[in-house]
Amino acid sequence: MNWQAVGAIYRYEMMRFFRTIAQSFLSPVLSTSLYFVVFGTAIGSRINEVEGVSYGAFIVPGLIMLSVMTQATTNASFGIYFPKFIGTVYELLSAPVNFFEIVLGYVGAAATKALLIGLVIMATATLFVDLTVLHPGAMVAFLLLTCLSFALFGFIIGIWARNFEQLQLIPLLVVTPLVFLGGAFYSISMLPPGWQTVTYFNPVVYLISGFRWAFFGTSDVPVALSLLAIAGFLILCLSVVWVIFRTGYRIKP
Amino acid sequence: MPAIVETRGLTKVYGDGTEALKPMDLDIEEGEILALLGPNGAGKTTLISMLCGLVSPSGGHARVGGHDIITGYRAARALIGLVPQEIALEPFQKVWDAVRFTRGLFGLRRDDAHIEDVLRKLSLWDKRRARINELSGGMKRRVLIAKALSHRPRVLFLDEPTAGVDVDLRRDMWDMVADLRRDGVTIILTTHYIEEAEAIADRVGVINNGELLLLEQKQALMTRLGRKTLRIELRRPVEAVPGALSGYGLELADDGRSLSYHYDTQGEGTGITALLQDLSREGLALRDIHTRQSSLEEIFVDLVKGDGA
Repeated sequence: MNWQAVGAIYRYEMMRFFRTIAQSFLSPVLSTSLYFVVFGTAIGSRINEVEGVSYGAFIVPGLIMLSVMTQATTNASFGIYFPKFIGTVYELLSAPVNFFEIVLGYVGAAATKALLIGLVIMATATLFVDLTVLHPGAMVAFLLLTCLSFALFGFIIGIWARNFEQLQLIPLLVVTPLVFLGGAFYSISMLPPGWQTVTYFNPVVYLISGFRWAFFGTSDVPVALSLLAIAGFLILCLSVVWVIFRTGYRIKP
Repeated sequence: MPAIVETRGLTKVYGDGTEALKPMDLDIEEGEILALLGPNGAGKTTLISMLCGLVSPSGGHARVGGHDIITGYRAARALIGLVPQEIALEPFQKVWDAVRFTRGLFGLRRDDAHIEDVLRKLSLWDKRRARINELSGGMKRRVLIAKALSHRPRVLFLDEPTAGVDVDLRRDMWDMVADLRRDGVTIILTTHYIEEAEAIADRVGVINNGELLLLEQKQALMTRLGRKTLRIELRRPVEAVPGALSGYGLELADDGRSLSYHYDTQGEGTGITALLQDLSREGLALRDIHTRQSSLEEIFVDLVKGDGA
């Protein structure tokens, strides 16, 4: 293992993050606060409780997931797309590193950033609502697995994208809608039966449900199924990354 | 001495069927400076890209320092430094960080003294805290070189290092190449500036249409292929080459004040003695005579033309 290289990539990516610190932290904190004001206060005042939890608190896990998923995806996709775009990818390819080390550097950094943002949002949330975490261990595990798998997913998009439009397409057109429709702001049980069935095809439902269970002990789907879903997504992403590196897809002619 | 870089039947066919490199056998000796000459699209960059890991070979093998570039890529690449043709740098990074990053990629611990040394040699020390996007084009190219030298490579690939570079930087670059050579670094540079190959290379390879047309010691090449020109300046101009001298293929220039005679140094006889005798027989008085050896450029143009390009 070339740990120096992993460290160099990781450090470089984190430096990029801290160079734009205001943008990195401020924008998720601001948007989360807005969600609390709009959803928690305005709408929450008309919804008493969802499954025994105040509406303001109920949306916290979904809000964290929303940010973590989009941040992990966009950070990782941009991280690997940018060297391709400006041509510095030559350095990665000509260095004595293997693809696993490259992935570890980029995905590790993107996951770290997403995790930091997730924690900042959680801290922001405590300013608005009382928050208790029933299963802290499970909460951390779900958070880490989500950061990691979506960073891998972002990495795949970054490799695949040929231009900036494609780079933004998937997060914008796929991830955000899936999260919004994945029960971030409501319980699946609040939907009519027909829509409930449709919803179960949305993989994000399982992640948010499991994550919410870690907070409040209530969930839309069994926790084991949630864990299975996130593990499955992780394995799927890992397999795709493995294929990319076996074939040199879109990075090595 | 075993070659530090060797290719056997190394070939590249791109997805669209373009045969960028026909099966190539090439041995590069340790410590030499090899210049690869060839027009754009000849296959020079493809060759380098395969050796460095940017492009996967379609067939054949290559070894660097005895390590196969595929099965022993780590050991092979650890020996290599690459200065690419295009300027590719992260614009917001600082010079120091950029060079340190490359060293890290090569698996080496930080060594500030070495990086300082490299930056000073490349006149980049004062710019070490500048961001890349604040630098001029020439400075950026220096940064690329500094990055390539950050891990003390044994083999340095310079892909068109002086394309679009000012005279100062070109001179500096040549000095740097001479320094590295003293340290025993093997240098492979591609160029289409013949004067560059002529000035610094030990051996010259000519590539065209994905084929190595020729690979020879520069001196031997110039002697073997070199044609010399004898230039005769006349005391009084003539209107035309006298008929008795028509067999020599003389060219008249400078309003009839000088005659040029081309001859082959490898020929049986150069014909100079006979020419001079015939000149005096014709009553032409000479002011001066001198000879000139044809440059690599002329040799190169002849070769590539002969190849049908």
